[in-house]
Amino acid sequence: MASVCFYFQVHQPFRLRRYSVFDSDTNYFDDYKNAELCRKVASRCYLPANRLMLDLVRRYGKDFALSYSITGVALEQFERWAPEVVDSFRALVDTGQVELLAETFYHSLAFLYSREEFREQVMAHSAKMTDVFGVRPKVFRNTELIYNNDLAHFVEGLGFTGITAEGADHILGYRSPAFVYRPVGTDGIRLLLKNYRLSDDIAFRFSDRSWPEWPLRAETFAEWVDQVNGNGYVVNLFMDYETFGEHQWADSGIFDFMEHLPEHILADGKNDFLTLSAAAAAYEPAAELDIPHMVSWADVERDLSAWLGNAMQSNALHELYRMEGDVKAAGNAELLDDWRRLQTSDHFYYMCTKWFADGDVHKYFNPYESPYDSYINFMNVLDNLRSRLKG
Amino acid sequence: MRILMLGWEFPPFISGGLGTACYGLAKALSDLGTEILFVLPRGGADRRVDRVHVLSAADDRGGPVYWTVQGLEHVRLIPVAAALSPYQTEAGYLEQPRGETYAGRVSAEEAVSPAPDLHRPTSLGITSGPSLYAGDLFGEVNRYARLVAEVARRHEFDIIHAHDWMTYPAGLSVAALSGKPLVVHVHSTEFDRSGLHVNQRVYDVERAGLHGARSVICVSRLTRGIVTGRYGIPKSKCRVIYNAITVDGEPVPTSVHRIETSDKIVLFLGRITMQKGPEYFLAAAKKVLEVMDNVKFVMAGSGDMIRRMIELAAAMGVGHRVTFTGFLRGADLDRVFKMADLYVMPSVSEPFGLAPLEALQHDVPVLISKQSGVSEVLTHALKVDFWDIHEMANKIVAVLRHPPLQKTLREHGAFEVRKFSWADAGHACMAVYKDAAEGRK
Repeated sequence: MASVCFYFQVHQPFRLRRYSVFDSDTNYFDDYKNAELCRKVASRCYLPANRLMLDLVRRYGKDFALSYSITGVALEQFERWAPEVVDSFRALVDTGQVELLAETFYHSLAFLYSREEFREQVMAHSAKMTDVFGVRPKVFRNTELIYNNDLAHFVEGLGFTGITAEGADHILGYRSPAFVYRPVGTDGIRLLLKNYRLSDDIAFRFSDRSWPEWPLRAETFAEWVDQVNGNGYVVNLFMDYETFGEHQWADSGIFDFMEHLPEHILADGKNDFLTLSAAAAAYEPAAELDIPHMVSWADVERDLSAWLGNAMQSNALHELYRMEGDVKAAGNAELLDDWRRLQTSDHFYYMCTKWFADGDVHKYFNPYESPYDSYINFMNVLDNLRSRLKG
Repeated sequence: MRILMLGWEFPPFISGGLGTACYGLAKALSDLGTEILFVLPRGGADRRVDRVHVLSAADDRGGPVYWTVQGLEHVRLIPVAAALSPYQTEAGYLEQPRGETYAGRVSAEEAVSPAPDLHRPTSLGITSGPSLYAGDLFGEVNRYARLVAEVARRHEFDIIHAHDWMTYPAGLSVAALSGKPLVVHVHSTEFDRSGLHVNQRVYDVERAGLHGARSVICVSRLTRGIVTGRYGIPKSKCRVIYNAITVDGEPVPTSVHRIETSDKIVLFLGRITMQKGPEYFLAAAKKVLEVMDNVKFVMAGSGDMIRRMIELAAAMGVGHRVTFTGFLRGADLDRVFKMADLYVMPSVSEPFGLAPLEALQHDVPVLISKQSGVSEVLTHALKVDFWDIHEMANKIVAVLRHPPLQKTLREHGAFEVRKFSWADAGHACMAVYKDAAEGRK
């Protein structure tokens, strides 16, 4: 039996507006652009993809299941600018076949800087999920799949039964991501590892015409999944939800691929679909896994260098978290929310200078002309925020 | 391949970027084994450049005199007696005292620098003297053309390569006489130098040269846009070959003691002319000083707008924060780079712009205008529209306030600058020659 575990990441940051050193107001965020992008991605991806998933759940009933992680900042934007997206997710969750994962409300790097802030954000996110969707998450995914032993231990302490991480070769060595693992130093929490090959076949290579497997058909993919039988139990397909319609355009056939995938996976009764918590419960851990260093799902390095690779990024992050005590002591809810929205990892990703000269995926997702522009903008906002502490 | 190259300055006789570019390109071509005969007008503003040694050698047949340059094995320079002064406008030319053209105008700056260390050979047997002086810039351009034709008659070559408009008439006449293909190299156009107030005569000369050439080399896409849009040259005839920077392995001198000051230094370096946007620099300076007070703005260079800029700085109330140094070179140049926290190039129209690369070589981060050729290829630089003084000031303040920004720009910039190689430009140039020789565009 091979269990396909889909988990889709749903995230939109509150992008900053152009904020110069001569600005002094406290409107840091680009409402116009955020609303526009939110509606654009909703119509290209979230709404049609949710419609498709709901169809599949209705068609296959208990045989089809999947998981989502929706960030607090994305959900807030849907509530403001695309409420129909919230409704469509609610309809999915209400079927009982769709699980929601826990993460930091602000899609932040808080675990690296402040355990207290991290805990507060995870709790806030779980509360928001419970409030909006009526279910409390059981499995945790950290921002950008950043993970190490300490995180697993800490998250277990918060009451979660499962946690996710990247399953790249240099992290796993000879081990396979097709098993469930137990993180070092934990009692009961189960670790689920991303099958990066099969995930990336869909998320990155699907429309690549120079890829030998193009065009990828659902039958072929189901065969690859089936090959796990005998070598493991789970096929964890973790990817951005925006894969559907946004990263891979609709005319690439990505929606048709997804629509036909269940019938081929389920065809001979050997394989099934599970939510993450169901997979964690269904399979005993194959071994203990020791990951002392921070890993993530980003770039080829699979480390923190996309957010902490240069002096600007570490400076911006340090300056931001240095204010934690003062921001919280100020007792100003608006100030606290602004400070937390600045923690969203995207702001630091935009400052990444890796591969900048070559122009690649970083550029594609970047609203700024250069990493330098994004740092300058961020620091201007941060300076203003700091001035509010004194006032 | 033998090239007859026509330029108006070549180290050590240099006053701007063109000579540096010609040197870099000639060296790269020489390294590829290309024979270059460079016809150099003598009598313009001569300035010494360090590290270039000219050796003179009389032709043993008693013919013309060649100069050779150390390190440029296959390059021979032929000096001819004409006074083409780079970056000269016709008006500026006429302002020169009469009778003081090629025979050796000596500015205050040149007076302090020793004359080039070489025994001056007589050029081409043409006697120098005011009697031959045609009296205006166009006269000199035509004179140069006649002299080049004279040189061309005595030499064998496959391609004529002319740098910028003053040498186009010479290139055209030699092409007509010899039947060899002409390649013109556009380092700057009248629209860059004069905005929309172009000198019609200069434009006509440029246009004739561009249309008469077999191929046109442009130093950037920006320049290609002007060449196609303003001069009606088909894009297929143009090639973009970016300038580069000489990396000779010698570290940039670092022993120069830093001037101890708590002030941050923002540097403008270049000719103080309309094209370089000095007034935008001052306007940004004023805005920066609204939010920071420990900043000094240094304007290094000379030019026809310097007086107006000094007055403008005073009128804006920032005179005490702006220093004008005049034209700098050699050790002074190294020293001013050493002092600078940021180099700003606010050019209104900059076909390429070598100075930002030099700044990066000196570990100085750069803020450059988007209206420059170099901004098409340099990624680790701050960029701004020249007219957007608000954003220019915003970025200047950020660099001065946030050391990590300066550090990241410096580290990546110093690395990136090494990709601008003259060897690559040389190869690209050879490809153009080959196509031109074979009759392809």
